[in-house]
Amino acid sequence: MNSEASTQQLSYIANQASDARVNIELETEGMTLNLGPQHPATHGTLRIIVRLDGEQVVSADPVMGYMHRGYEKLSEVRTYPQVTTLVNRIDWLGSFANEVPFILAAERLMEVEAPPRAQWIRTALFELSRIANVVLFLGDMAVQLGATTPVFYAFRDREFVLNQIESVTGGRFHPNFDRIGGIKDDLPKGWIQETKDVLARIHSFCDEMQDLVVGNEIFQTRTRGIGIIPADVGLSYGLSGANIRSSGVDWDLRRDGGVGLVHDQLDWKVWTHPDGDSFARYWVRLQEVRESCKMVDQILDGIPSGPIMAKVPRIIKVPPGEAYVETENPLGIMGYYIVSKGDLVPYRVKIRSASFNNVSITPWVLKGVYVPDVISILASLYFILGDIDR
Amino acid sequence: MSSPNSTEEEIVDESTEPEEELLVDEERNALISGLKKDLGDDLIESHVTPGVDVWIRVTQECWLETAKLLFEKNKMSFFNFLSAIDWKPSPFGREMDAAIDNDSDDQVEGESEMEWGITGGQSRFQLLARVHNPSTNIGIHVKADLEGEFPEVETWIPVYPGANWHEREVMEMFGISFTNHPNLVNLYLPTEFEGHPLRKDFPLLSRRAKPWPGIVDVELMPGEDDDESEEIGEDT
Repeated sequence: MNSEASTQQLSYIANQASDARVNIELETEGMTLNLGPQHPATHGTLRIIVRLDGEQVVSADPVMGYMHRGYEKLSEVRTYPQVTTLVNRIDWLGSFANEVPFILAAERLMEVEAPPRAQWIRTALFELSRIANVVLFLGDMAVQLGATTPVFYAFRDREFVLNQIESVTGGRFHPNFDRIGGIKDDLPKGWIQETKDVLARIHSFCDEMQDLVVGNEIFQTRTRGIGIIPADVGLSYGLSGANIRSSGVDWDLRRDGGVGLVHDQLDWKVWTHPDGDSFARYWVRLQEVRESCKMVDQILDGIPSGPIMAKVPRIIKVPPGEAYVETENPLGIMGYYIVSKGDLVPYRVKIRSASFNNVSITPWVLKGVYVPDVISILASLYFILGDIDR
Repeated sequence: MSSPNSTEEEIVDESTEPEEELLVDEERNALISGLKKDLGDDLIESHVTPGVDVWIRVTQECWLETAKLLFEKNKMSFFNFLSAIDWKPSPFGREMDAAIDNDSDDQVEGESEMEWGITGGQSRFQLLARVHNPSTNIGIHVKADLEGEFPEVETWIPVYPGANWHEREVMEMFGISFTNHPNLVNLYLPTEFEGHPLRKDFPLLSRRAKPWPGIVDVELMPGEDDDESEEIGEDT
């Protein structure tokens, strides 16, 4: 796979070089093209102003702020339990995962720890929201490259996962279920068996995507050797999650982070890919959905019994201090820096969202690529606009 | 300004706390002592929470130098975030909160003084950045005091190119400008926007237009009756 990829890479570079030479000789005139903006709630659309030289991108400049909702300011006037309602809307495809690091940071300041059962259920929901999120990516990436079928499969199978999340939390997209010291409710009856059936579906969905998309020759030519991000560049831009693991960096906070979730008690694997191209980013995410299914399966077998809530006061006041907790969310590393002054409301909340850093690399990675490749690179970086703008 | 000795004491204090497992964090202490040697007096204060996190506070002048040091010598190759904190409490106090939230005893009247968090502080604005070493999995928070109401500080872009957008955000939200930044324009806000929203003295107008209801219907925790003194988890 490696040698094949590197040949493709080389021929790609050679093509670009020869084209560049032609361009210099012909003195072609530049052109400015607006990619977007579509309606900001549309999934995966971003306004990028690209300056083109023929078919090649000279510079790309993303324009943000169409969806800026000022959550950092709003958090300063809301009580801690109220903030989860806001942060739910950051990455709206994996909402529950947004709540977890905020609650963990508040728990660290209060020196409260959720009881084991709550931690296991939290981890199960955390991974289910990852599945719901990334499954959509697996279909959406194909649709952006012109294959319409996979996205319908993705929407179909994601619905089953959302049903499971809804039956626990009451919310399909915005669960608002995590509490300081535990979770709101226990699992409903029969949920474990239903979830196992859903996991089987997701497994077969992954196999389908493996055949339909990964095995597809057109898909491979459109993504192999396209948008290569070396590991050191990716790190210095703050790329995280599957994006950096597909550049060969073996780093996953679920394994290395060691904050109040139970991933360290489960048997799973961190997948990496050495290539760092669009194909690798798709492939790594596909494997991660499979790993998440494995994790949820083990969690369902191992949930301990006991209380789901630690002893916390009814009106929550967080003692003064500062804490930063980050977790490995579906889109990458998400963290909250909370400054508390012992009040009902946080003094300052800094939200470190994954997509903001992931997208900040676009001016670097889009330089010199062809226009059709812009689409495949942006799709494979996988951002959600709410996660960029916060 | 406190001497490095006080920091040492802080670390010892931490370790003698009744926490049994996390005593002394040797890796993080070694990181701090290495930085102390390299930065000298420019490292004003440091704080280690054993097994969890590290904070350092440096002078404004060596902000960029600290980044270089962390990147080259300490292999902090991952750029996490860069932001700022406005330590001057809001002049509006709690007047915009709902009355129900306001009945706490420790409410401060009028303008309260500035109080800083971990590693202390001297000025209204403090920069806050975090970088991380993926192989040892140790991250560090770097803080720096900034002089004046509209401070200027050197950009981190030469070391961490990912700081570009973060600095633009800090510029528009806090009014802190970065020298040598190639494109220091608003990131989120419209160009003609006036004011810096994340400053504490920037009023949240939506609160004034429509009062906030405050805490309503505080929900009972699972297993909790109306009587708060009841033990939790008894009937689960």
